[in-house]
Amino acid sequence: MSHISPVLWQFLVKWLTNFALYPPQASKIAPQFDALYFFMVLVSLIGLTIVILLITSFSIMYRQKAHPVPVQIEGSTMLEATWTIIPLGLFLIMFVWGALIYFRVYTPPANAMNIYVVGKQWMWKAEHPGGQHEINSLHIPTGRAIQLTLISQDVFHSFSIPAFRVKREAIPGRYTTVWFEATTPGTYHLFCTQYCGTDHSHMIGDIVVLTPDDYKRWLATSTSGASLAQNGERLFASLSCTACHNARPDARGPNLANVYGSKLTLANGQSQLADEAFLRDAILNPSQHVTQGFAPIMPTYQGQVSEDGVIALVEYIKQLNSDYRIQQTTNTTSLLPENDGKATPTGQKPAGQGMVNQ
Amino acid sequence: MSDSQVVVHGAAEGAHHEHLPYQRHHFETYAQQSDATNFAMWLFLLTEVMFFGGLFTAYLIYRNWYYPAFVEASHQLDIFWGTANTAVLITSSFTMAMGVWCAEMKKQGALVLCLVLTFILGLGFLGIKTIEYKEKIEKHHVPGFHYSVQSFVNPSSDPEVHKKNPEDKPLPYDMARHTEIYFFLYFAMTGMHALHMIIGIALLGFMIVRARAGAYTTGHVTYVENFGLYWHFVDIIWIYLFPLLYLISRH
Amino acid sequence: MSTATIVSLPDQSTARIPRMNFMSKEKGLLSWLLTGDHKRIAMLYLVSITFFFFIGGAMAGLIRLELLTPQSDLMATDTYNKVFSMHGIVMIFFFLVPSVPATIGNFLIPIMIGAKDLALPKINLLSWYLYMAAGMLGLYAMATGGVDTGWTFTTPLSTHYLNTNVITTGLAIFIAGFSSIFTGLNFIVTIHKMRCPGMTWFRLPLFVWSNYAASILMVLGTPVLAITLVLVVLERTAGIGVFDPAKGGDPLLFQHLFWFYSHPAVYIMILPGMGVISETVSTFSRKRVFGYTAVAFSSVAIAVFGFFVWAHHMFIMGISNYSMLVFSLLTMLVAVPSAIKIFNWAFTLYKGSITFETPMLYSFGFMGLFTIGGLTGVFLASSGTDIHLTETYFIVAHFHFVMVGGMLMAFLAGVHFWWPKMTGRMYPEKISQLAALVTFIGFNFTFFPQFILGTLGMPRRYATYPPEFQVLNVFSTAGATILGVGYLLPILYLTWSLKYGEIAGDNPWQATGLEWQIQSPPLTENFPAIPIMDHEAYDYEWLEGQKEKVASV
Repeated sequence: MSHISPVLWQFLVKWLTNFALYPPQASKIAPQFDALYFFMVLVSLIGLTIVILLITSFSIMYRQKAHPVPVQIEGSTMLEATWTIIPLGLFLIMFVWGALIYFRVYTPPANAMNIYVVGKQWMWKAEHPGGQHEINSLHIPTGRAIQLTLISQDVFHSFSIPAFRVKREAIPGRYTTVWFEATTPGTYHLFCTQYCGTDHSHMIGDIVVLTPDDYKRWLATSTSGASLAQNGERLFASLSCTACHNARPDARGPNLANVYGSKLTLANGQSQLADEAFLRDAILNPSQHVTQGFAPIMPTYQGQVSEDGVIALVEYIKQLNSDYRIQQTTNTTSLLPENDGKATPTGQKPAGQGMVNQ
Repeated sequence: MSDSQVVVHGAAEGAHHEHLPYQRHHFETYAQQSDATNFAMWLFLLTEVMFFGGLFTAYLIYRNWYYPAFVEASHQLDIFWGTANTAVLITSSFTMAMGVWCAEMKKQGALVLCLVLTFILGLGFLGIKTIEYKEKIEKHHVPGFHYSVQSFVNPSSDPEVHKKNPEDKPLPYDMARHTEIYFFLYFAMTGMHALHMIIGIALLGFMIVRARAGAYTTGHVTYVENFGLYWHFVDIIWIYLFPLLYLISRH
Repeated sequence: MSTATIVSLPDQSTARIPRMNFMSKEKGLLSWLLTGDHKRIAMLYLVSITFFFFIGGAMAGLIRLELLTPQSDLMATDTYNKVFSMHGIVMIFFFLVPSVPATIGNFLIPIMIGAKDLALPKINLLSWYLYMAAGMLGLYAMATGGVDTGWTFTTPLSTHYLNTNVITTGLAIFIAGFSSIFTGLNFIVTIHKMRCPGMTWFRLPLFVWSNYAASILMVLGTPVLAITLVLVVLERTAGIGVFDPAKGGDPLLFQHLFWFYSHPAVYIMILPGMGVISETVSTFSRKRVFGYTAVAFSSVAIAVFGFFVWAHHMFIMGISNYSMLVFSLLTMLVAVPSAIKIFNWAFTLYKGSITFETPMLYSFGFMGLFTIGGLTGVFLASSGTDIHLTETYFIVAHFHFVMVGGMLMAFLAGVHFWWPKMTGRMYPEKISQLAALVTFIGFNFTFFPQFILGTLGMPRRYATYPPEFQVLNVFSTAGATILGVGYLLPILYLTWSLKYGEIAGDNPWQATGLEWQIQSPPLTENFPAIPIMDHEAYDYEWLEGQKEKVASV
């Protein structure tokens, strides 16, 4: 083999060692996706073979030398109906099958663990419920449904994990979700697949799938001392949210205990489910989401709280399950340094969580 | 043609049509010519509908989202000038229609008069629009350029409008700032419309000169007719804009 | 390869190009720049779009070179972003959209329906000037720093986060849009109002049908793109927030408006190409197109359905499940007429008498590659598979199979097929057959590996990529080199043939269309007298009858 140039040789070796037709299957949905994918590949190959066979065999049989006099044929309704109905049927199967997978990918189970992901030019920030932060990587355990709640701080991004066969756009101004359950420990690619400017191709990272035990260890070593909800609580207090949302009978704002997941009646009479998106909107555009019986006096926090801050607040509100918790927060407010309702600068916070506007 | 294998069937061999002077050579008959150009004009208007359609879609969506902002922002528009402009425009459509009729009847003087009247009315429309725009500029209601939400956060700071709409409540800031989207759509839609008016008026100027030279009173009315279609279309766009922007939030 | 041919040329020792023809009628640059003749405007377009094709092609070459290695070593990521953006913008708006309609369509539609010209010759010239103005503005934007929005102008990236020539480029596309609107409008009016006596709708050549369908899309879709670009420009200059979520705007509205044009635009690009294939397949198998009516209506069906599938570009952006179902289903439906066409062309060969001249080879290439392009489109129409495959090289490969493998092959088939009619001279057969083969091989080499890359997850628009994707990228770049040769060859030999090609005579292919019954190159007024259509389209028996008639005289 010495006569093959080293470059070429290296190239061949590289090809043979890396050769793959599809990425590793590392999530529960991946084999289901691949089943449909290979079904479609098969149908396509058969279709293509039929077309090529027709063209080549007709070309040989009816070439001018072999068949000098053409026979004029107007058409055939039977034949045309056949190649209308058969592809249509196949396409409809693919449509239904595809839709089933689509619904599965974008409908998280109720018990999924929620991780928030914020995209910005050009990095991914992940916020674990335990307060762990990661940039351009995501540690997750196997065997557990993980829901990602995505948002972008600037332009459209797209969170793509080929090994899991899932992808979702991170959009500025609204939450999107996707979920998956990892099956095989390992490190997989994370790509931003929506073009987002200069360093689009550097907006990549690692998805690190750990066994549940390893994951526990990772959680313990990467903890920052305060959970996401605790960070939210601190922010809740420092923004003086407690001035109105204090669960007292004469409070100017609605009681937030157990509000998450409940059905609210808004001032305009509409009924509204209080989900993450609603909570986020109510902080940033309060006057569009006034609860019945309250005056539209809440100021907007648009531009004052970063997306990370909003996430912490939302997570805190989600965890509020009793008036007592709110009163506790109210009480701690007096212990905090004075502030003017704006987010506190990083230095003032004990753990420096980066929850504030940068 | 020595190498011709197939001879094309000629229609009415040797027959030479009597061409009217204004018939373009590639048409067989004048009827075909005016038919084709008319049809082209209608198609062009169809593309215009799609063009404005994008703006109307945006209007409908944002009106739904930011209803209170849209209601109060629309109170800023002066219904007097709006109505006046509608009247001006409808009258101009009437004079234009008369112009087409005059061209068909080959009344040169009357045609020129009609075109001039349409021209003046068109300018009048733009004049009134300028008055309205000027007021918006003074109040800092031009989106993107020192936009101010003062009139909406604090209606009493704008006594003139507030007097007419006493039921307007102060909008919270986060809703009030969406009035900017209303005014953006207002300027985009009326601005696009005004641009069409300006193009129309420029064409009218050109046509007045040609009409004085007798170009349209020889039986060749297609040009006047098609311009009329365009003018009426621009009119119709306004007929939609007026209620959507001015009237819809009145009681 | 069989040497049998249907080409019948006049005796070269006596044959001459007719002294009176549309090119010789008047001389001088001005006579071209002020012409109203649809054939001359078509030639102007042909030269201009070829120019832009090579600019776009050079960009493609740079892209492939950069992707030879995983790092960004040939150019910085910013430069790469500009190069792929300009590649997309030039190829789509300045090559693919006008390609077949503005050149071949412009030249042939009036002749095919037996008219002396398009209904609105001045508008036709205007549309070329608009195209050139847009092109020059685009080049100016490129020369003064370029643009890095991608051809999709995604907001808020394009409106708030980039400092490149977005406004200039947007304006260029806006103007190019009007050029395309005027072409489409002209075609529709001409096809409706200018048909010669006896030319009923179902006697129209299928090329006319498919251009008619594409014109409807141009006329109804392009204005929406125009207004969307106006909004982008306004948002960028004034920052009013109509697409900016921070100010209450909705970036998804932009996606809806943009794709409302840009998905039908795909059919604007491919439909005229399908028309070319109908003509060539029929001519070189000496047979009427199998199921004429079905092929004609499938064009219209594609145009109609094409308007209601745009949201399939947004499956992963969070549209509601119901919209997803509707748009996925409609996208499946739009695939059916394409399948009908493929099978009808294949069966046109059945019991024909087939020869394999260059246009036919390109047509075979089209049928194979378009089948792959179409079938992989179904992968993206099915919402479940779309999640993984969208925004990767799979989608890049898919639309290059349709646009380059489909449309460009059809364009080359058409240029070769009608070259003798346009210029009066034949292209050299052997070398052009070679070029067709080289193009086909180079194309597959370039784009097939990209399907695998996409399935593996390599995202599109990446200047750098993980090293394990390198081998397939090297294949792709190697293929692009071959493809480049395949595209350079026709330029060389077609230019050569302008002077040295054999005299073609009226009807070198023994084809039935009206355009083949007149001299090559045609007279300025096309027909000495307006013809009367007294037979169906693709009536080869009528043609035989005509030959006998002439012989017996």
